[in-house]
Amino acid sequence: MANAKEIKTVLFGPVFANNPIALQVLGICSALAVTTQMSTALVMCLALTFVTAFSNLFISTIRNHIPSSVRIIVQMTIIASLVIVVDQFLKAYAYDLSKQLSVFVGLIITNCIVMGRAEAYAMKSTPGMSFLDGIGNGLGYSVVLLVVAFIRELGGSGSVFGVQIMPLISEGGWYQPMGILLMPPSAFIIIACFIWVLRTFRPEQVEKKA
Amino acid sequence: MSSNNDSISKTLIVVISLCLVCAIVVSTAAVQLRPTQQANKKLDSQINILRSVGLVEGSAPAARVAELFNQHIETRLVNLSTGEIDASCDRSCAENFDYRKALKEGRALAQPDDVASIRRISEFAPVYLTYDTERNLKAIVLPVHGYGLWSTMHAFLALEVDGNTIIGLNYYEQGETPGLGGEIENPRWRAQFVGKQLTNEAGELALSILKPGNADPQSAHQVDGLSGATLTANGVQNTFTFWIGENGFGPFLAKVRQGALSNG
Repeated sequence: MANAKEIKTVLFGPVFANNPIALQVLGICSALAVTTQMSTALVMCLALTFVTAFSNLFISTIRNHIPSSVRIIVQMTIIASLVIVVDQFLKAYAYDLSKQLSVFVGLIITNCIVMGRAEAYAMKSTPGMSFLDGIGNGLGYSVVLLVVAFIRELGGSGSVFGVQIMPLISEGGWYQPMGILLMPPSAFIIIACFIWVLRTFRPEQVEKKA
Repeated sequence: MSSNNDSISKTLIVVISLCLVCAIVVSTAAVQLRPTQQANKKLDSQINILRSVGLVEGSAPAARVAELFNQHIETRLVNLSTGEIDASCDRSCAENFDYRKALKEGRALAQPDDVASIRRISEFAPVYLTYDTERNLKAIVLPVHGYGLWSTMHAFLALEVDGNTIIGLNYYEQGETPGLGGEIENPRWRAQFVGKQLTNEAGELALSILKPGNADPQSAHQVDGLSGATLTANGVQNTFTFWIGENGFGPFLAKVRQGALSNG
């Protein structure tokens, strides 16, 4: 029933055409917090993609048995369990990163993308497609996060993935880092620019004036 | 199908079985991974202690860290009010001491004493005595913490056997502004502390963190602060004031200066 074209739309649609951050404006909070470094942003992206994909899969699998009166709680329970499992794995196998991410892994529970996709897509679609939708939205989130993290880390610390590209003045180099890029507000500005560029190339995303 | 989904019995069955499944998954993960997590925590604290005395630069493989730690470092507990090392608690007992838990359950500090805004202090605190390969005492590492601008900043302060000269200061856990206050973790900033004296001849705390660019490199007590992070630097200063003072390691350091450790 799911043909190749549909799969492609579900999987890659959220990257640019229907980006969860840029168009649906979901999941902004963590996009501000974890994007000062590429490495933390990357781990956050992987964790979020994993959680969204599997919560979509499980919710979709039992969607015909979820009583509508408690469906949000049921979704929440599944999402929260997955997030705790991810958090435990990070603490066991990527301790330094989990220390930097601290509470933000736990906060995936409240990330609007996960909940939004569960409610909007997984409750109505087959498990396979829901899983792909989760991965697709995770990718869309990742693209924005990695772009923001790249700009912030390069401009704010002169490095990419912790590797020094532009030597800092304070360490004997020539580059004066832009401190504002390390502050959360800069992520707002960068995301806004991202949305601006995206909508210049895809005018159909611009909201109609009332 | 969906009509009987909303019946009370169906709702209860779904909710209860879902909770059971999720509870089993979560607790299995937590129990199975706990040993690895605890090993990580221990390793993290050991490597930070070794970094503060300069035995490890950057990172090292886990086996090497454990070997260095066992070879060079002896953990002991100090009674903060008397300044005595607790003789009843040997090395392995001290290694199992949960300092964070003890701090939470500790004595509340009243306002004029609570310079570093840490609220509570425990009766005992761990110290890490560092020996060279001939078992001569080389350094004393003290765990210190204090409030900066946004967060409690945790560090290990390594002192020479005179209890006064700084070997290293290693901030390993903090939530200050990245790039500004967060620079307290920057090795270049921390390197300034090496060789400085905590106190003057009168035994009072003399180490002072000044506005950036004002410190005299020849001075035994002055250190440059961080630009754009005055409050974080104040927090570091307060951390020193508290932990070197009477309520912190003051009594212990006084005993160290009298040579309490050299014959032990």
